[in-house]
Amino acid sequence: MGKQYLPNLAHVNEMLKEIGFNSIDELFSDVPKEVMHEFNLPEGKSEYDVFLEMNQILDKNKTVLEMPSFLGAGTYFHYIPAHVKYLIERSEFLTSYTPYQAEISQGMLQALFEYQSLIAELVGLEIVNASMYDWGTALGEAALMAARVTKKNKFVVPKHLSPEKRRVLETYVAGAGMEIVYVDWNEKGQLDLEKLKESVENAAGVYIEMPNFFGLIEENIVEVGEIAHDNKALFVVGVDPTILGIVEAPGELGADVVIGEAAFFGNPMNFGGPRAGIFATRNDRKLIRQMPGRIIGMTKDADGKRAFVMTLQTREQHIRRAKATSNICSNEALVAVAAAIHLASLGPQGLKKLGEIILKNTAYFKKRISEVAELPFDGINFKDVLVQFEVPYDVIHERLLEKNIHGGYYIKPHFPELGESALFAVTETTRKEWIEKLIVALKEIIAEAEL
Amino acid sequence: MYRQAKWDEPLIFELSKPGRVGFSLPDPIEDIEVNIPEKLKRKKLELPELSEPEVVRHYTRLGEMNYGVDSGIYPLGSCTMKYNPKINEEIAGHPKVAFIHPYQDERTAQGALQIMWELEQWLKEITGMDRFTLQPAAGANGEFTGVMIIRAYHLDRGETQRNEMIVPDSAHGTNPASATMAGFKVIEIPSNEQGMVDLEALENAVGERTAGLMLTNPNTLGIFEEDILEIAKIVHKAGGLLYYDGANLNGILGKVRPGDMGFDVVHVNLHKTFSTPHGGGGPGAGPVGVKDFLKDFLPVPVVEYDEENNRYYLNYDLPKSIGKVKEFYGNFAVLVKALTYLKIMGKSGLKAVSEIAVLNANYLTQKLKGTKGYELPNKELRKHEVVFSAEPMKKETGVKALDVAKRLLDHGLHAPTIYFPLIVHEALMIEPTETVTKEDLDYYVEVLKKISEEAYSNPEVVKSAPHNTAVRRVDDVLAAKRPVITWRMYKQLKEKGEIDI
Repeated sequence: MGKQYLPNLAHVNEMLKEIGFNSIDELFSDVPKEVMHEFNLPEGKSEYDVFLEMNQILDKNKTVLEMPSFLGAGTYFHYIPAHVKYLIERSEFLTSYTPYQAEISQGMLQALFEYQSLIAELVGLEIVNASMYDWGTALGEAALMAARVTKKNKFVVPKHLSPEKRRVLETYVAGAGMEIVYVDWNEKGQLDLEKLKESVENAAGVYIEMPNFFGLIEENIVEVGEIAHDNKALFVVGVDPTILGIVEAPGELGADVVIGEAAFFGNPMNFGGPRAGIFATRNDRKLIRQMPGRIIGMTKDADGKRAFVMTLQTREQHIRRAKATSNICSNEALVAVAAAIHLASLGPQGLKKLGEIILKNTAYFKKRISEVAELPFDGINFKDVLVQFEVPYDVIHERLLEKNIHGGYYIKPHFPELGESALFAVTETTRKEWIEKLIVALKEIIAEAEL
Repeated sequence: MYRQAKWDEPLIFELSKPGRVGFSLPDPIEDIEVNIPEKLKRKKLELPELSEPEVVRHYTRLGEMNYGVDSGIYPLGSCTMKYNPKINEEIAGHPKVAFIHPYQDERTAQGALQIMWELEQWLKEITGMDRFTLQPAAGANGEFTGVMIIRAYHLDRGETQRNEMIVPDSAHGTNPASATMAGFKVIEIPSNEQGMVDLEALENAVGERTAGLMLTNPNTLGIFEEDILEIAKIVHKAGGLLYYDGANLNGILGKVRPGDMGFDVVHVNLHKTFSTPHGGGGPGAGPVGVKDFLKDFLPVPVVEYDEENNRYYLNYDLPKSIGKVKEFYGNFAVLVKALTYLKIMGKSGLKAVSEIAVLNANYLTQKLKGTKGYELPNKELRKHEVVFSAEPMKKETGVKALDVAKRLLDHGLHAPTIYFPLIVHEALMIEPTETVTKEDLDYYVEVLKKISEEAYSNPEVVKSAPHNTAVRRVDDVLAAKRPVITWRMYKQLKEKGEIDI
């Protein structure tokens, strides 16, 4: 029953006596008797029993190492170097709280300052916070921030947005009564500029992603930013940061705010969480004042030595309460530090190489998959590729699974206009033989279906 | 005497040496040339260049300049900094957790879904609620979820005028902030001299505009709201709902449940009560439980169990759902840790947790009470935490709660939460938790007494603390006045000669 964690169990009577109490019950005399409740729960077990039990439950999962998987759509299988996990499990990092006492928490503060700094270099903006919960909630916060900064109420986003982000965004802005406008894609699967122009009037912000939900690199990102700025809207760019070794920093392309998913570095998929949202802005007081989340700053100590501390806290809930820029308190600090360690290990050469490998692997995948299916959009893909089949995709999925292959993410339920389509993804971890196996299987399945 | 490591550890950018490589990557499958349009090509990328051993040494040194629960007592009030069992990490680090994609076919993720379903069953019984979502990433994310559910409930009933959320003045800052985010007007009510909700003020605050009351019980003073049944009656009679902030659940585990006290919506902090580590600020997890009549409003998906076919599945079919508050299903790896802990503790273990946590807090209260300079406002009997005031010390010696906190660090003891709750001046909010030893508590009290002596005999040594940590007292005014948030900003200031650190 966990006695090993409760040292004072051995001293209950002695301690009670010392402070003048007769029983534990006396310590709970303020709790109304009529609602007290004895738990109807199983008794505790030994660590070994639980170790076995949890392993048995987990054994029912099938990992991407046991079955080639082409799932992406916002979560990707990247390889995380072993030293990253080793370092973030150091218990001084792992078991510390938010660094309220700066002097005894310099390690975490510097690590987070470095995370902010690394992200700033990647995205090309000066101001970065110490993380949001994930990309989706960062999008929600960006929309709310745009409304506060511009005092307008409309946020314009691509219709080709992941269902996860779409639903998080809509929930986040519901309380503020914001309107979300979805702009269609064009024949290339990219944001339609003409339709954007029709929707942008009186917008607080315009949002675009690189790459977009279909895995395509949006070619007109600069033009989208100009349209936003012509209409005095903030230009918000969402980015998969693993592309930033090969694609220009969004800050250089006109972004006022950059968001994204930091956990693509340094963190495994973990069935979708934890993750960490990137949130960055230009160095503009008007934007900084409205920014959500914790921010670490560099300062001096009493001896004039360099030191780090949480700063600009008058935006935050523990000081500003109902008038805070966000309710966020706990963030995803350790996830951010893991991302920073991975990024620092990659360096400029590694990040560029990672981007190139993914780009090449995606191109190879497109070449092979087009042997058996249609690619509705022509463009440059990074990780995700939209693949259209003539056979119903749920049938294909079922047959692939029988062959121990996990196909892509079926997007018809969310985008019926795209027909029997699925998003297939590859990364630097994808093996040639996995793709080979997939293509052979698809050929068989399609041939069977045609019979 | 405590001595923290004092490395003059440069920023990782300052350690960079051109040409060093800290990565190893596989070759591309085929060397296909893909051309990014010129205007979108990356021009400049100033990341540091280090080898792997250098990276490891850098972060090891940073780790040595940090303090965690494993370093010593960490009695931050309202944060429940208990020991984080290592078995939690071992299980959560399993490849069967790490290498699972959230969109995998449910048949290939039955283990993950079973963990979520089992955790929900534990949380239901622990809190007395009928259904849970595990999606919220943290306490505040859970609060937002909870108040959005309250909002959806009233709107669904056509009661669009219910736009006021009542919050006591002792509440966590996240409560009013979450209520505002959900579109509510926040009505703050005062506490009485006992440190509890003032019933008369509550009576006066409720009405046809009341959406609900957000309450922490035991409250942030560590005091159990004895009138909770009366409070629930007042709020419900006015047509409002009762929200339970689970930050302090550790103090009542196995004794009384929020659901039985009349709460309709609850969030729990797995990173507080259920032993998952805080990681320097996160990841946490803030599951939200509701009574049966609110279950249709939960975020999607919820996890279901089909007993007949022994199959777990995700249910997105909740037409009245508030939507999603986070991508996917929450901080899954954190959920794994919490379930591991619950299975080890079990019924009696969880009850022992609150008993020992409350014993420890009261032991510390009684041992420290009467020490010159510290005052114990409000009623004496506490639950898991206690709030002392250093107001007399400040008046008599000029030594503030902040100085006391910094001086504690010199002894290798983490400070309490300070200046919170706002209703106690010079607050020192101490939550020892159940995992500290009697000697830890005795030493903590001894040092607090010693600091009191110093304050009255040699206040400078306290005011100039800390002396033994990685750095001396940090200038947070400078940090806010001249923000340096990133290496990029630092370099710009350095070039202009505006910074000398």
